[in-house]
Amino acid sequence: MRFYEYEARKIVELAGIPVTKYGFCQTADEARKVAEDIGGPTVIKSQVLTGGRMKAGGVQFADTPEEAAEHAANILELEINGLKPVGVLVDPKAEIKQEYYAGVVWDGTAKKPLMLFSDMGGIDIEQVAEEHPDHVGRGHISNLLPVGDFEAKQVIAATGVTGSQLNRATPVLAKLARLFRDNDMLLAEINPLAELTDGSFVALDAHMEMEDEAVGRQKKLLRRELRIAEEDTRDSYEPSQFEKNVKAIDAADHRGVIQGKDHGFKGNLGLVIGAGGGSLTLTDAVRSQGGKPANYSEIGGNPSVAKACGLAKEVLQKDGVEKIAVMMSIVSNTRVDIVARGVIKACLDLDKDPAETIAIFRIPGAWEDEGSKILDHYGVEYCDRTVSLWDAAGRAVAKIQGFSA
Amino acid sequence: MSILLDKDTTFIVQGITGREAINLTRECLDYGSKIVGGVTPGRKGREVHGVPVFDTVAQAVANHGAAIDGSVVTVPPGFTKDAVIEAIANGIKLLVIVTERIPRGDVAEMVEFADMHGARIIGPNCLGLIVPGVCKMGGIGGPAKDAAKSYEPGVVGVMSRSGGMTTEISSSLTAAGLGVSTAVSIGGDAIIGSTYAELMPYFEADEQTRAIVIYTEPGGRMEAQLAEWKTENNSRLPIVAFMAGKFMDDEEMQGMSFGHAGTIVEGKEDSANEKIKRLEEAGIRVVERIDEIPDVVKKRIEG
Repeated sequence: MRFYEYEARKIVELAGIPVTKYGFCQTADEARKVAEDIGGPTVIKSQVLTGGRMKAGGVQFADTPEEAAEHAANILELEINGLKPVGVLVDPKAEIKQEYYAGVVWDGTAKKPLMLFSDMGGIDIEQVAEEHPDHVGRGHISNLLPVGDFEAKQVIAATGVTGSQLNRATPVLAKLARLFRDNDMLLAEINPLAELTDGSFVALDAHMEMEDEAVGRQKKLLRRELRIAEEDTRDSYEPSQFEKNVKAIDAADHRGVIQGKDHGFKGNLGLVIGAGGGSLTLTDAVRSQGGKPANYSEIGGNPSVAKACGLAKEVLQKDGVEKIAVMMSIVSNTRVDIVARGVIKACLDLDKDPAETIAIFRIPGAWEDEGSKILDHYGVEYCDRTVSLWDAAGRAVAKIQGFSA
Repeated sequence: MSILLDKDTTFIVQGITGREAINLTRECLDYGSKIVGGVTPGRKGREVHGVPVFDTVAQAVANHGAAIDGSVVTVPPGFTKDAVIEAIANGIKLLVIVTERIPRGDVAEMVEFADMHGARIIGPNCLGLIVPGVCKMGGIGGPAKDAAKSYEPGVVGVMSRSGGMTTEISSSLTAAGLGVSTAVSIGGDAIIGSTYAELMPYFEADEQTRAIVIYTEPGGRMEAQLAEWKTENNSRLPIVAFMAGKFMDDEEMQGMSFGHAGTIVEGKEDSANEKIKRLEEAGIRVVERIDEIPDVVKKRIEG
């Protein structure tokens, strides 16, 4: 789950890291009031879940409250990468002495969070790491033991930072590491972490992302502190009607799992295919042999006839779909006779001839003999495990190309 | 011989009274595995296919009267961490975590705890492992008679991020007469207990194993880690890899996630083509078609 900057700043603030006196506003009037309270030059920043705000004109500077209101009015209307902001953040224009970077990310190889610190803040940390590796300090933290301040200190000192800067930055990085672990974050960044002319350190911008699997146990932070509504899931793209429908069919019945996606797919061959790795393999196999998948899908566990039928119907009703391929990998616990029943029912309900509509049915799985009988009855072409996933996909492609020609 | 399991391996099933766990218990017993107990808090005194159920792992160990080798953990995500730590604290050294959707902070905690106690975790989000004809630990391969169809003893070690594809690939190796030494469904999550590279030393030490097949997907840097391991250790074992999900490299698919949680394509490093390049550079052959695997393995074994 991704957070807007104003939320990320709140998370940082809750962890005891100093921030500037900022305000989140949804109208130009509110922005004027916040700027008046601040009483000096301000920065107005678009609150939108995409990068490149500065370049797109989503960050503006104002000397007076009137100017702040004017910028806010413009930025509130400004789309960035096709997204409208949810508001603006009005922030005092800080008197910066130096910019630093503080971050925590997962290191999947070490299986531990990794603290990162740089005395070259304000720019992309990956760029700094590439061009000035000696300006990036790194250190893993334990998943079990408390994070010690000294661990953060070591990481910062490795960049050559010393003196009061070291002592002021240390608790910031240590607190960031603790909040990363406590809040199930995938990413927690403060960039820039600014040293102001008075010597104090404040977070001027923050970037946070929480793991979706952990949203259920982070309700206190999400609902109470940040007041994010349950249905506000922050998906990285708007699900299509097909995707929504498949999700609803899946949710209506606890037996088995189905998934369907069609973002980026525009083909004529609908896919009703078996779980996870098999689905990835088959989608590639169809494309590599010149086929054009209309969608991605997964069937796993033991779905009911209604569920298998529901998925097949959604696929069949997609624009441009001419035939469907039903292909299962040797997933032992999915009953293929039930999948067969569901898919045939979908064809019949839509007044389509199963023998014509189903390009191929690769059947290995539980109850496959029963499944074969059903497919025989309707004259559907099927194959068993002796036909590889690659060849099954190839047969489906050959059939639909014959059909299209 | 095999890795991690043998004919004497004993294990328990935590969460044994759940629907999937009951099936899995039946399948493993039928295959000849030694399940010496089950744990579901509050269900002490019951039996699942003749396996006694206990409230705690400590009770199961006491009843067995000796150390227990392993545990298959099939409890809900919110309870998994505690269950795994309970097992390790009671001397269990091999954990197969079946549960999906565990936050990675919990996974990382379990792994760190396991490391401290010399225990090994397989999974989460996996189907376990199988030594053909000897023992299976987890749902891998399905019911015993289906597992027998797909898995015959042989010379190839299989590691796969997809549970289903572990069996699909093993089945083709069995059909080609190569057979399988040990097959491990390592799990589809971003952080898992045992990566390819972490299991390689076991296969390297196993005389029966003469080649390795891996099934892999975009996301993470587990393949890069394997490539590094292979180069650094001058391994005797030829490795053949199959990469699924190449379609995710397409521009319009960026930011989408398909299949396993580990397959969110975040950057160039994670992409299928980048991974293929790294593997090939380390001398790991990446096949284009899944059905090429047995032939390529045969050629590699013959040198």
